[in-house]
Amino acid sequence: MAAVKLTSVNVATHQEMWVGRAIPRFEDEALLRGEGRFMDDLAPVPHAGHAAILRSQLAHARVTRLDASRALEHPDVLGVLTGAEVVAMSRPFPVGVEGVRPYYSAAAEVARYAGEPLAVVVARDRYVAEDALELVEVDYEPLEPVLEPQHGEVVSDRTFSYGDPDGAFSQAALIVRERFTFPRWTCAPLECYGVVADWSHAGGSLTAWANFQGPFTLHSVAAGALGLPGAKLRLITPPDSGGSFGIKATVYVYVVLLGLASRKLGLPVRWTEDRLEHLAGSATATARETEVEAAFAPDGELLGLRYDIVDDVGAYLRAPEPATTYRMHGSLGGAYRVRNVVSRNRVVLTNRCPSGLNRGFGGPQLYLPLERTMAIAAKRLGLDPAELARRNLVGADEFPYRTPSGGLYDSGDYEAALDEALELSRYAERREEQQRARAEDRLFGIGLAVVVEPSISNMGYITLAQTAEERAQSLPKSGNAEGATILITPLGGITVRVGTTPQGQGHATVCAQVVADALGVRPADVEVLTSLDTSTSAWTVASGNYSSRFSGVGAGAVHLAAQKLAAKLRTIAAQELGVEPHEVELRESKAWAGEEAISLRRLAGLAHWNPDALPPGIEAGLMETAFYSAPNLGPPDEEDRVASSAAHGFIADVAVVEVDRETGAVTVLDYTTVHDAGRLLNPLLVDGQVRGGFAHGIGPALFERIEHDEDGNLLTGSFMDYLCPTAPDLPPLRIGHLETPSPFTALGAKGLGEGNTMSVPAAIANAVADALGIDHVELPLTPPRVWDLLQ
Amino acid sequence: MTSIDVEVNGRRHRETVEPRLLLSDFLRHTLGLTGTHVGCEHGVCGACTVLLDGAAVRSCLLLAVQTDGARVQTVESLARGEELSPLQEAFHECHALQCGFCTPGILMAATDLLGRGRPDRAEIEDLLSGHLCRCTGYSPIVDAIARVAGADAGGAG
Repeated sequence: MAAVKLTSVNVATHQEMWVGRAIPRFEDEALLRGEGRFMDDLAPVPHAGHAAILRSQLAHARVTRLDASRALEHPDVLGVLTGAEVVAMSRPFPVGVEGVRPYYSAAAEVARYAGEPLAVVVARDRYVAEDALELVEVDYEPLEPVLEPQHGEVVSDRTFSYGDPDGAFSQAALIVRERFTFPRWTCAPLECYGVVADWSHAGGSLTAWANFQGPFTLHSVAAGALGLPGAKLRLITPPDSGGSFGIKATVYVYVVLLGLASRKLGLPVRWTEDRLEHLAGSATATARETEVEAAFAPDGELLGLRYDIVDDVGAYLRAPEPATTYRMHGSLGGAYRVRNVVSRNRVVLTNRCPSGLNRGFGGPQLYLPLERTMAIAAKRLGLDPAELARRNLVGADEFPYRTPSGGLYDSGDYEAALDEALELSRYAERREEQQRARAEDRLFGIGLAVVVEPSISNMGYITLAQTAEERAQSLPKSGNAEGATILITPLGGITVRVGTTPQGQGHATVCAQVVADALGVRPADVEVLTSLDTSTSAWTVASGNYSSRFSGVGAGAVHLAAQKLAAKLRTIAAQELGVEPHEVELRESKAWAGEEAISLRRLAGLAHWNPDALPPGIEAGLMETAFYSAPNLGPPDEEDRVASSAAHGFIADVAVVEVDRETGAVTVLDYTTVHDAGRLLNPLLVDGQVRGGFAHGIGPALFERIEHDEDGNLLTGSFMDYLCPTAPDLPPLRIGHLETPSPFTALGAKGLGEGNTMSVPAAIANAVADALGIDHVELPLTPPRVWDLLQ
Repeated sequence: MTSIDVEVNGRRHRETVEPRLLLSDFLRHTLGLTGTHVGCEHGVCGACTVLLDGAAVRSCLLLAVQTDGARVQTVESLARGEELSPLQEAFHECHALQCGFCTPGILMAATDLLGRGRPDRAEIEDLLSGHLCRCTGYSPIVDAIARVAGADAGGAG
């Protein structure tokens, strides 16, 4: 399918579409007025006790004594929950690998990372709760911490081979071998975790409010730990969430911990995480060590790839891990046509904070090694990196393209996007400029990254951590379904409810655009509720806000529900207007048949007030729920092949940097990114996602890394030590778009929220390596690290 | 406990507070002004920024008792009834907010800056070096403030 600039696909209409327009957001006004409703702003139940969490001060230690008696003597302390009680009252969290060390929401006997919860103190206010933490006496017997992945306990070790890798390497004219480290880092949303937990002894149930973001698989994980049937864990998210980028998936651990505190103490309990707790004990990206071997033909054709991957998931294998290891499994060759691939994937435990979802999730860890390897190969082959990429990119005539590991790339024109990036970045001129700079002894570098951005994860990919025989013994897992509900009230008001748990992405605005097109109303006529309630929302195990799935399946479910409702409105209107349903057109808040029209309000009134008058077979009321699932996502096959994602965008980036020889400081002079994310539902929000993903890519490229000392103490426990880029730190960004619709999503859209977080670390690393004329660089490329490389 | 008399958003409050109560907690939990957000409680992220006698301050680094006799303005004071302020309107038009958690602090800091003159883009970026935003990549925020300042609005790059 050729790349085209288009205005609409799939939905035929006579009127101008709302989808595709860059309309500003409906979400903004409340947030700008200070009327946002974030977790800590809410008091969903009265008289909640305030919790503070006692955390291990050591990375690895036996807890020989934990005595809370002095804390309990404090007149304003309401109670204490200890790790031992957590273990007695709950079960280990379920996880996708058998036989791993049990993980509970608090530790009882052995603490395995600095910051691991040991007890919860509940008091009349947070100040007193924190005072009382000081009154809990803990004796530790220090144990040797394991901090290096090569010394960590291996909990999963699988090797996957596709095609004929040995044959490919035996024919190679050039073999590139290199080692890469992707740092442990975190997207660090501005709002930390928040939970209110209210246990009902009468109901034997827990109602919890938390700024959770899905996937709702984790609802099952939390319910499993609590020993509750799913319906007895009611999880509700607030209307607003202050960023997440994956990190807040892991708040489920605290839903369990605070739920147990509420159960023990017989009162509702609330807790808002502080920044030190967040940096020490929430979740981080998985740190990865990769050894790559790449085989090339004399003309630069990439013949084969060998990966040896070690993923450090921290102190416990915690659901949904080891998903980081497998999220990109269908895309092991990135955007390249390589057919022979082998990957050994090991997952190891260390005495660091357990990993979790984090923007890019597996992508940055894959593309740093792959794109650095391509740049090294280009240098050795005497080719420009853009030319080497061009010779290997999957061709525009090859879609849908099946990768050797089972991925199904839906659509694209990678070469056209690369050309666009080269033009937008004035690549040829920049190369000339580089020659002049080098003649002046300046360190000037240009780096490329061409990456495939998978979106809409297949729930089944995680089962690749098991062998085909192990998988055969349990329920096959696959798919990516999302639900949505639309209600039209008796007065014609339209309310949409989604389970996509946004944290600022603008889902409400896009849903309103989608519904406006389907029902022939204005987006401003559509109210969208994004607050999830697992007891009343339409959702599936795959629901939530991760793997950039909103524009594909989130908006898809809304589109489908709106189509169902539109069909019903047409049927009712057809009877009133004396025509056939297909002759009815919905526009301007009316149903039209030729010149005659009936208002939406009147149709709604009829459906609610006068059901006797409805056409035969039409139910009363106007409320529809629909579930949408993108196709082609089966479980892994017997050969361990899996279509790990439904849609695949493409990104071509060009970074131009200069390195200061005296200080090691890297200045990004210019950065160009060209995306093909299929049909763009709202270009204003699209560029917002691109800019945000870019900033999160610059983080681990140049600034961010979670550091511990040799004893496992956290060195980056504040924003003074964990450096997030600020406005003057970010270079200018040029953005370009192509729109090749996806044939596999309802609206032709692909995800695009994570792509630059995947591509930027690779492009910056390539540019700095190019500037320095060296092969081995390690992220983040901070001035001291670059200065070391210069010596 | 200490008695304080403070004007917040034009309304006078006489409250009795613990001397250790942070201004941010006083605003949020005593007065119910939850528009002021807390992102780090160590003065780096800037989400809790409010105006104290017209100057931008970190409410997480001040105690409520330090505002005795002073005038405090929070994000809730910016709109005029139904009408958003020009700065709020510019944030909306420029897509200068996503999750909106850092936004109140940035709005208050920018209100202070804009009250002191007509900043150029470099001055606006310098102001924003004291604020963390993890969603927007900052440039739309610079655009929005520059639009109100009448500075170069087209330099988003």
